[in-house]
Amino acid sequence: MSTPTAPTSLRKTSLNDMHRRMRAKMVDFGGWDMPVEYSGLIAEHLAVRTGVGLFDVSHMGDIQLRGPGSLEAVQYICMNDASRLEVGQAHYSAMLYPQGTFVDDLIVHKLSGNDYLLVINAGTREKDFQWVRSHAQPFHCHTSDYSDYYTQLAIQGPRAAETLSKLTSTDLSTIRNYHFTWGTVCGLANTLIARTGYTGEDGFEIYIPSDVPTSERVWNEVLEAGKEFGILPCGLGARNTLRLEASMALYGHEISDEINVIEAGLDRYCKLDKGPFIGSEALHKIQSEGGPSRKLVGLEVIERGIARDGYPVLNLDKQPVGYVTSGSPAPFLKKNIALAYVPIELAVPGAELYVEIRNNPVKARIVPTPFYRRPKKQS
Amino acid sequence: MAYPAQYRYTREHEWIQVDGKQGTVGITDYAQESLGDIVFVESPKVGDKLEKGKVFGSVESVKAVSDLYSPVTGTVTAVNQELATAPEKINTDAHAAWILKLELSDPSEMDSLLDAAAYEAFVKEETGH
Repeated sequence: MSTPTAPTSLRKTSLNDMHRRMRAKMVDFGGWDMPVEYSGLIAEHLAVRTGVGLFDVSHMGDIQLRGPGSLEAVQYICMNDASRLEVGQAHYSAMLYPQGTFVDDLIVHKLSGNDYLLVINAGTREKDFQWVRSHAQPFHCHTSDYSDYYTQLAIQGPRAAETLSKLTSTDLSTIRNYHFTWGTVCGLANTLIARTGYTGEDGFEIYIPSDVPTSERVWNEVLEAGKEFGILPCGLGARNTLRLEASMALYGHEISDEINVIEAGLDRYCKLDKGPFIGSEALHKIQSEGGPSRKLVGLEVIERGIARDGYPVLNLDKQPVGYVTSGSPAPFLKKNIALAYVPIELAVPGAELYVEIRNNPVKARIVPTPFYRRPKKQS
Repeated sequence: MAYPAQYRYTREHEWIQVDGKQGTVGITDYAQESLGDIVFVESPKVGDKLEKGKVFGSVESVKAVSDLYSPVTGTVTAVNQELATAPEKINTDAHAAWILKLELSDPSEMDSLLDAAAYEAFVKEETGH
């Protein structure tokens, strides 16, 4: 239960001093010294579901592919069909190994006809960049790592648009979900404003220069703008429970180099008909051979107990058949939920299973995902 | 928050208050602060025998599970039922929100526990500040 101080070898975002001054609890997240919570995980989670929350997500990586061959490169490296993107549009995608398992998941943004931005996970930044650079090489394009150039802030929640609109002249209502534009934010011209996020709520991610004074100024201005909506700075703890309620995958949990796209249930983002790409052959083969042997399902623990990452899943004979990839109390839903891999024949909604919680089999039920879906807005 | 002088403490962050052979056990303010929002307390039953230094239950926050270690050997005489529905009481006031009461088998075991000043120094050492 100890909370040792961060060794200096951990990487820091430009807002690290700010987090410490705000008395956030800090943790080592994939080699990064990041805030896990400020005022409290539950309060932060609820602020995002009912008002607005602010996250420092500058640890995410930003890879740019530029040049006449950039679309071809993206198409070869990523599983979604980037030819369907218009300029100003983004989509969820992933980079795969030849066997159809995950290098990483990411968001592809089409910045211009010959220019794509891939936003990738923090813990896999170096691996991802090497992967992209080596596989983009045959195509006529240039790969750049802009990760350290940007402080990335996520403003998330039903009041996110009202909060951000105070700081920009851009009409945010013109930015549809998974679209982006450039505008002046807090006086910073040409700021990338994307209607994306990892919380299951409406919200924005903005990319500002990573120098400390600018990063801190914008952080403070967003908090000030969101004050009337009860904005809270939020840590990675709430980020994790929010994405789990929304059933969004986390690298190293629901997806990894040992889990393929079809098992993970992400095949709707994988366009096998777009032409060959890394991993496509293996996935064609898995499908032609009758599909995967296991599947990711949502679980709701129905007896007393909390399922946690890595806990075994047992069948009704109490034999181990799978495992929990992410499990937690769900602060908004007020249930104990989990995502888990189970054999395909057991992956039936409504079916009951056990999660082995510290040597005790505790009953859980397979439920449809996402656990949480945000209410439709009437705007 | 100050650590009550009449309590004794473990290095695993439990507190115990003893009156004769009757002990009351909870977790420290430092423990609740480290855990964050507490959502679940797993306690033993009345009549269960606890052994000094052995796990007797757990406390769970949204993000973590933490085992509870018995400060002394004894028999459980009461568990705080309130924590079943309101575990967050531990966050509000860890030194008042007791988890269980027990009858001590050997009150001399208390001598090996930390007093408030020693516990506070131990926490300082553990957190490095």
